[in-house]
Amino acid sequence: MTYLLLFVEFFKIGLFAIGGGLATIPFLQQLAGKYDWFTSQELVNMIAISESTPGAIGVNMATYVGYQVAGIPGAIIAALGLEAPSVIIIIIIAHYFMQFADQPIVKAGFYGLRPAVTGLIAAAGFEVAKVSLFNLQKYIDTKRILDLLDLKAIILFGILLFLTNKYKKHPIVYLIAAGVVGVIFKFG
Amino acid sequence: MKELWELFSVFFRIGAFTFGGGYAMLPLIQKEVVEKKQWATDEEVIDYYAIGQSTPGIIAVNTATFIGYKRKGIVGAIAATLGITVPSLIVIIIIASSFMHFQNNEIVQHAFAGIRVGVTVLVLNAVVRMWKTTVKDLAGVILFALSFLLVALTGISPVIIIVASAITGIILTYRKAVDR
Repeated sequence: MTYLLLFVEFFKIGLFAIGGGLATIPFLQQLAGKYDWFTSQELVNMIAISESTPGAIGVNMATYVGYQVAGIPGAIIAALGLEAPSVIIIIIIAHYFMQFADQPIVKAGFYGLRPAVTGLIAAAGFEVAKVSLFNLQKYIDTKRILDLLDLKAIILFGILLFLTNKYKKHPIVYLIAAGVVGVIFKFG
Repeated sequence: MKELWELFSVFFRIGAFTFGGGYAMLPLIQKEVVEKKQWATDEEVIDYYAIGQSTPGIIAVNTATFIGYKRKGIVGAIAATLGITVPSLIVIIIIASSFMHFQNNEIVQHAFAGIRVGVTVLVLNAVVRMWKTTVKDLAGVILFALSFLLVALTGISPVIIIVASAITGIILTYRKAVDR
């Protein structure tokens, strides 16, 4: 039953996530709320691991979620579920419809889709920030507004924001550096 | 059979050696598929890529499926898709299974608390980059804001946003055409 559920959920993501790997994050956040498969904090860890390992980020995340939910068969089923709609759609387009991207109606649809997908990923980024920069649990416990902000995390955030925009190093470099800082300054 | 194996192994290599997903993959696809194998021209690969971006799913998977289908039909599409997927499966399963043992370790928890801050920065940078190429006019700003607010505040399904924004794009485009 879990296998079927995994396949269906990832098939839906493959069908509706337009714009590549990052576009799957808002859908995965929905899954975090819908099932007790993983928490939103675990999801951010998965994003980090998927960005730092070879392969397409979306496929990596599907594999990770699938593995966490149902072991190796789960990993395979989630990845295949994610890819099945692509394979079907691309085969249809390659066979009948090479000018797909130039069709006026497709262009018109993308006129609306593009900014909305950016908004979706921004909302996903907001969720990521919530679990990474804020101490919601501590605030609920103490009710002190200062406890809501994780000061160390926000300082690191500012520094990384500056560095990533100044030096175009590979993302993995910054993730490793952030991990080292996290250990040294006892983050979390 | 030989060519199916080649499709699988070329895309296996592409999957195994790109870090950072779809956009990082294009140069490697060009090198392997255009230069080494001459399965397609540069223009064709860019066309496949453009279609891969405008269809649902993972862009790298879409491009692999496309090239596989053009070479060897449906089985070719499946061979190329599996090729690009299998490295992810192997690497992630190994990492996920070992991470499960280490995730309660105090040092690993500190490290990942730092790494999550790094992920926040990467996602924010990606959003800024996407904003620059996708939000071009007032309609774009409104669609961006509506999509962001609805998902962030109400937790509405992204599926609804995708469908509604595509329809809005079509309506806006044709209204403009009628006005002219």
